[in-house]
Amino acid sequence: LNCIRRKENAPQRLPFFFPSQPDSDPCCPLRHSCKPPPPPVPSLRIQRGHRHHPRVDAAAAPACSPALSSRVRVAPTAPAAMAQPLVVKKDDDLDEEEYYSPFLGIEKGAVLQEARCFHDPQLDARRCCQVITKLLYLLNQGDTFTKVEATEVFFATTKLFQSKDAGLRRMVYLMIKELSPSADEVIIVTSSLMKDMNSKTDMYRANAIRVLCRIIDSTLLTQIERYLKQAIVDKNPVVASAALVSGIYLLQTSPEVVKRWSNEVQEAVQSRSALVQFHALALLHQIRQNDRLAVSKLVTSLTRGSVRSPLAQCLLIRYTSQVIRESGVSQGGDRPFFDFLESCLRNKAEMVILEAARAITELNGVTSRELTPAITVLQLFLSSSKPVLRFAAVRTLNKVASTHPLAVTNCNIDMESLISDQNRSIATLAITTLLKTGNESSVDRLMKQMTNFMSDIADEFKIVVVEAIRSLCLKFPLKYRSLMNFLSNILREEGGFEYKKAIVDSIIILIRDIPDAKESGLFHLCEFIEDCEFTYLSTQILHFLGNEGPKTSDPSKYIRYIYNRVILENATVRASAVSTLAKFGALVDSLKPRIFVLLRRCLFDGDDEVRDRATLYLKLLGGEATVGETEKDVNDFLFGALDIPLVNLETSLRNYEPSEAPFDISSVPKETKSQPIAEKKATGKKATGPSAVSGPIPSVDASYEKLLSSIPEFADFGKLFKSSAPVELTEAETEYSVNVVKHIYDGHVVVHVDASEADEFLEVMSKPLRSLPCDAPGQTFVAFEKPEGVPATGKFSNTLRFIVKEVDPSTGEAEDDGVDDEYQLEDLEIVSADYMLKVGVSNFRNAWESMDPESERVDEYGLGVRESLAEAVSAVISILGMQPCEGTDVVPSNSRSHTCLLSGVFIGNVKVLVRLSFGISAPKEVAMKLAVRSDDPEISDKIHEIVANG
Amino acid sequence: METCPKVKNILLLDSEGKRVAVKYYSDDWPTLSAKLAFEKSVFAKTQKANAGTEAEIVMFDGQIVVYKFIQDLHFFVTGGEEDNELILASVLQGFSDAIDLLLRNIVDKRTALENLDLILLCLDEIVDGGIVLETEGSVIAEKVSSAHGMDGATSLAEQTLVQALTTAREHLAKSLLM
Repeated sequence: LNCIRRKENAPQRLPFFFPSQPDSDPCCPLRHSCKPPPPPVPSLRIQRGHRHHPRVDAAAAPACSPALSSRVRVAPTAPAAMAQPLVVKKDDDLDEEEYYSPFLGIEKGAVLQEARCFHDPQLDARRCCQVITKLLYLLNQGDTFTKVEATEVFFATTKLFQSKDAGLRRMVYLMIKELSPSADEVIIVTSSLMKDMNSKTDMYRANAIRVLCRIIDSTLLTQIERYLKQAIVDKNPVVASAALVSGIYLLQTSPEVVKRWSNEVQEAVQSRSALVQFHALALLHQIRQNDRLAVSKLVTSLTRGSVRSPLAQCLLIRYTSQVIRESGVSQGGDRPFFDFLESCLRNKAEMVILEAARAITELNGVTSRELTPAITVLQLFLSSSKPVLRFAAVRTLNKVASTHPLAVTNCNIDMESLISDQNRSIATLAITTLLKTGNESSVDRLMKQMTNFMSDIADEFKIVVVEAIRSLCLKFPLKYRSLMNFLSNILREEGGFEYKKAIVDSIIILIRDIPDAKESGLFHLCEFIEDCEFTYLSTQILHFLGNEGPKTSDPSKYIRYIYNRVILENATVRASAVSTLAKFGALVDSLKPRIFVLLRRCLFDGDDEVRDRATLYLKLLGGEATVGETEKDVNDFLFGALDIPLVNLETSLRNYEPSEAPFDISSVPKETKSQPIAEKKATGKKATGPSAVSGPIPSVDASYEKLLSSIPEFADFGKLFKSSAPVELTEAETEYSVNVVKHIYDGHVVVHVDASEADEFLEVMSKPLRSLPCDAPGQTFVAFEKPEGVPATGKFSNTLRFIVKEVDPSTGEAEDDGVDDEYQLEDLEIVSADYMLKVGVSNFRNAWESMDPESERVDEYGLGVRESLAEAVSAVISILGMQPCEGTDVVPSNSRSHTCLLSGVFIGNVKVLVRLSFGISAPKEVAMKLAVRSDDPEISDKIHEIVANG
Repeated sequence: METCPKVKNILLLDSEGKRVAVKYYSDDWPTLSAKLAFEKSVFAKTQKANAGTEAEIVMFDGQIVVYKFIQDLHFFVTGGEEDNELILASVLQGFSDAIDLLLRNIVDKRTALENLDLILLCLDEIVDGGIVLETEGSVIAEKVSSAHGMDGATSLAEQTLVQALTTAREHLAKSLLM
């Protein structure tokens, strides 16, 4: 307090005199005692001198003690040097900090001049040390040397090896490492360093090794390899560690050399020095990391004891959990690795306990019984006096809470007391953990604590909290009122874009999923856009408002907010406000005349886009435009989502050549191409002929379609519904390679065979089945007729029959005679998934509800014993060939049940939505409930048939 | 996954966030401006905290930073998000203990700058290429100071003994002279 008051009295002078005193430092009596009101300059000098007195004493006194000569070196010079400028002048216009710095006014040029003293025949070790320190200071402050300067300094530095002064030698080592000389320069110091490497002084040996290994290349390395191997098993731990750490570094550049040191490193693992053990273990593991068996053996032998260093223990824990992860979960029986992890929870060192607890919580498929001991030790850490320990514990528990919330609830009381923790990172993690584990009754209490909390944490923490609140609200929909209030309060406060976006997204999600929350949520959003500085958020909210607002009980109250945007905002926001107004006009008849008035005013807007939109919507709502005759068409136009993937649209637009015919948006393929398939196709080298498209994959469909429509026989098949990914009928790397693409039409299936062979001319025949073959070089098509719209399935057996003909190399012509040959190919199957297009929907819930409930068919299936839930889910998805929505194809590990949402378009352009609920029992029996809705109830039944047969 | 705990940098800044001595061991911050920007944000994020004798911790941008303040010096040790924060804390502890020993309990910016050579050697002895070399403050200080002894054999403890003897001898000399 004393200090602060003074500061107010003399606000300008004090920072000058006491800048080094943190205000919150009441614990230094010496400083308190000498805290007069701004003293004149000389008295400051006295104070400073006084403060440093003991030190000068200590250092200056024993000039006779060789051990202290180094202290003397710097200490007396600094105050002496400072004495002159201080008293004379400069006291007013310089920062205090520069004032006292021994590096005051340091200049690179001058220091480089000073470095010439390195060439002196009689080296002054102390002076050289000072110059090196100055050079290092410059580098440390971010100064750089030019190539010439660096070379000059480097050569000068190498001269200093002549000095026997140990302190100077250390600085020389540092300097060489900092300069990182080039290969031709390195040669100059190699011999000096190699001499030091074999010196009797351990300090020289250790440092010379570290320096040399940093700067040499692999050819030089082989020369000194022998010494390094020796050093690894040196009895001095510092030397051994230096060699081992250098080995870890060299492993990146010359792995083949370092791998030869295995035996020595193995010996070092048994060292009695804790750190040597740690470094040896790290190196040994890196040498063997690609050999799973060796790592496993290493871990097995070491977990039986003998590793004492805490750091080495931490390494061993990491390696152990790696081995467990790679060997898969071993259920029951002997589990030596897990037992080792558990035993580490009882280690003396906190870092080992933490490492082990973390490893256990991160194990795949960990059970709550296995978790308990780990959670218990972490709980103890929560009430530690050390912030780092509390942080470590709460961070780990926070992660566990996402997968095993119940396991963490025991810690809730400790966690609640952490909300008021001084360290805001800890407090944030505590709050979000509580939000994850909390139950319905604790929500209100938590919210109260949060309100105070939010004001003093950074945006990035706030985002974490907002996300936690969103998931909490979805978990307890009844609590939406207090949670929504909380969100709207923080929305009004200051914050950056990411933070505001997180809040807005959360509110929108809550409105979508909790019908009761709609009106209040929309109201909060309207309030927000009245004063929103982010264009992106304004347009997002306006779009959402247009979709949801008209369906509320009193849509008219939103109009004011929307029209205000047209008056007050920038062009982007205005345009989107116009669209929103039109949506209200289309859905709410009573508002239509007033909307017309507002839209007409927009016709005079200064921006093209705004005017265009206003004009379009006026015509549309007035029934003048050609979009459609009925009101439904108008609504479809206004509200219809773009059901075409943007990538596909982009490709089609790029391929569109300007012509008389307008671009037809319905010609854009709707199927989402997933990236992995595309990559696989691109690398499939076997595709030849016109269909081998090496460019971007979305164009494959277009090129297929072009190709097929160019064949007259297929012209009357109608529009291509789907082309499958190429199916290989031969095994990889065989003599002939044949792959097949299945093209599905409403009434036909075309099998498109693509065959190729290294360098012989090959004619492909195909066995026609009830239809025409069409030959193209290397490609053939077989068309099969099938009942219109019916997903006929079946298997085709294939034989490649061909005539091998000799080709005259000179003319390139084939001889007439050939040898018949036959080549058995794998069967080709036409499955139901071939009749399904993967078409995603953006909002599954809305889409599901908009479909006729009459078309819904529900049934349950037992899927038998499965490897895992995830495996069962992906199997069903691939049988149906539909697009997973909202990321529901990913099954969280360890979950016992899962809901998967699928959408697609079945042949005949029938939209299908599927909701799958999976459950897995203890002996891995999977049961599934399948609910289907589609435009056609018959198709719903068909989906069930597919699953029943699949 | 990184299996060996790695230190990404050790920073020693003053009470205004300016460098006293820094050492980077990873290439997360390739340029000088990236380094300075990181130092600035670390400093800003930790300024409010009253880190005293206990090390404090903060996590941001995928980095974990443990730190403590002594007088006008701010000590920071940075590691990756996945790393064991207690290992970083032990490095921080070793660093500040060693500095404390080397500067003979007068840990402030002025003394640190006057003995910058010791600080730089200290950084060199704690971590090599991101790998922890030593975490025991007294051992680090010993390694640094032994280099400055003539034969590398006089330990700090011995130095204090020698010092005491010299002072005694001086006293004796004075009393004899008088």
